[in-house]
Amino acid sequence: MLELFSYGPLGWGDEILSGLWVTLCLAVTTLPVGLLLGFAVAGCSLSQNRIGRAIGVGYTTLMRGLPEILTLFIVYNGFGLLLNHVVTSLFPDFGRVELSPFAAGVVALSMVFAAFAAEVLRGAFLAIPKGEVMAGQAIGMTPRQIFWRIKLPLLWRFALPGLGNLWLNLLKDTALVSVIALDDLMRASKVAVGVTKQPFTFYLVACLLYWVFCLLSELVLEQMEKRANRGVRSV
Amino acid sequence: MALIEILTQYWPKILDGAGTTLLLTGMGAVFAAIFAPLLALIRAHGSALAQAPVRLYISFIRGTPILAQLFLVFYGSGQFRPELQSLGLWHFFRDPFNCAVLVFAINSCAYQSEIMRGGIQSVAPGEIEAARAIGMSRLQVLRRVIFPHAYRNAWPALGNEVILLMKASALASVVTVFDLMGQTRLIFSRTFDFSAYFWAAVLYLTITACFVFVWRTIERRLSRHMLGRSPKGAL
Repeated sequence: MLELFSYGPLGWGDEILSGLWVTLCLAVTTLPVGLLLGFAVAGCSLSQNRIGRAIGVGYTTLMRGLPEILTLFIVYNGFGLLLNHVVTSLFPDFGRVELSPFAAGVVALSMVFAAFAAEVLRGAFLAIPKGEVMAGQAIGMTPRQIFWRIKLPLLWRFALPGLGNLWLNLLKDTALVSVIALDDLMRASKVAVGVTKQPFTFYLVACLLYWVFCLLSELVLEQMEKRANRGVRSV
Repeated sequence: MALIEILTQYWPKILDGAGTTLLLTGMGAVFAAIFAPLLALIRAHGSALAQAPVRLYISFIRGTPILAQLFLVFYGSGQFRPELQSLGLWHFFRDPFNCAVLVFAINSCAYQSEIMRGGIQSVAPGEIEAARAIGMSRLQVLRRVIFPHAYRNAWPALGNEVILLMKASALASVVTVFDLMGQTRLIFSRTFDFSAYFWAAVLYLTITACFVFVWRTIERRLSRHMLGRSPKGAL
């Protein structure tokens, strides 16, 4: 049993670990991209401009309504086709370009993450008490100072629980990229299953690894929330 | 891109897939809803010993990707083929549709229990005390006071969970169930026409929109006796 998970050519330990590494890389790469995109979409939804608002609301409604795997296929196949179309029309001799599964995964997952994050950020932004902003204005802070010193710290505190949930969802959604042949944890397990014919053992190990990283994330998030809420009177 | 041609040629398959998606989601959600109230009661009022297995189950389900859970059941059952055959259950596990419904039910049950726990815990203590004061038995309190309140409180969140389950049901296509996503992938692999994904997206959004409408209608019915009392209604 244990030799199945040993390191080296006989066991599958190294394959599983490198799959886990790809999974974690994918999640960690997607997070900042999705968060930035989420800020942009939230900015659109909150803007005074009617067209901006329509774009923001439309984007969140669309992306939250589609299955993640459909988004992934649309990005992987669709962007690939589009990219090829553009490249071959511009440079006819360039040959075929392929969107790598990792890049497709980052794009698709961050598009989904951004839609959910935008809603969390919008809610957090609307929850900022007006008095805090007024107090900043009263002591003569510039709008920029008010944003960095008052709005952003409050936004962070209000949005952190929601964003934490989205991080856990993101970590789990990375499993989808195994479907477009990225060698993540899920696919490494699948390859091991193909050789060893022990599907339950390997998928259970994969599940346990995801679980461990979710539990670890929850611990870290709890600490982050404590830190974000320091100085807040608890009743 | 041949938007109309794809639709005229493949509409029976697309509709059939949409039907399978609805069936998968509906069966998963209903089976989950049968057990969720019981687990929620244990989580809300059970002893620490009774809570422990429920907590473990909910934590595991929420900490692992639904795709991994699906693989664990569908492929993993193969590892126990002789045992399952002797129990007469192998026939059940060989069918990907059955496995998908089983996994969706187990998965959704964990989320629904947590939502129902919130609903149960948000019932005002005064209501329960009043019910006890007029001499209702424990079962009567549950049936006439706690659960009607809990369902009304939890209704919007339960609707969100069903929509998430509907989106997750697209993963069944990975284990060769021909739901809407599965049919779409089949059509795309035959035609390499991107419009297949467009129609899938339209159908998923339509299903979500119809569901939201139905759910809101039921929500209004559940709280129709409160409409006249809200400050807005009083005006």
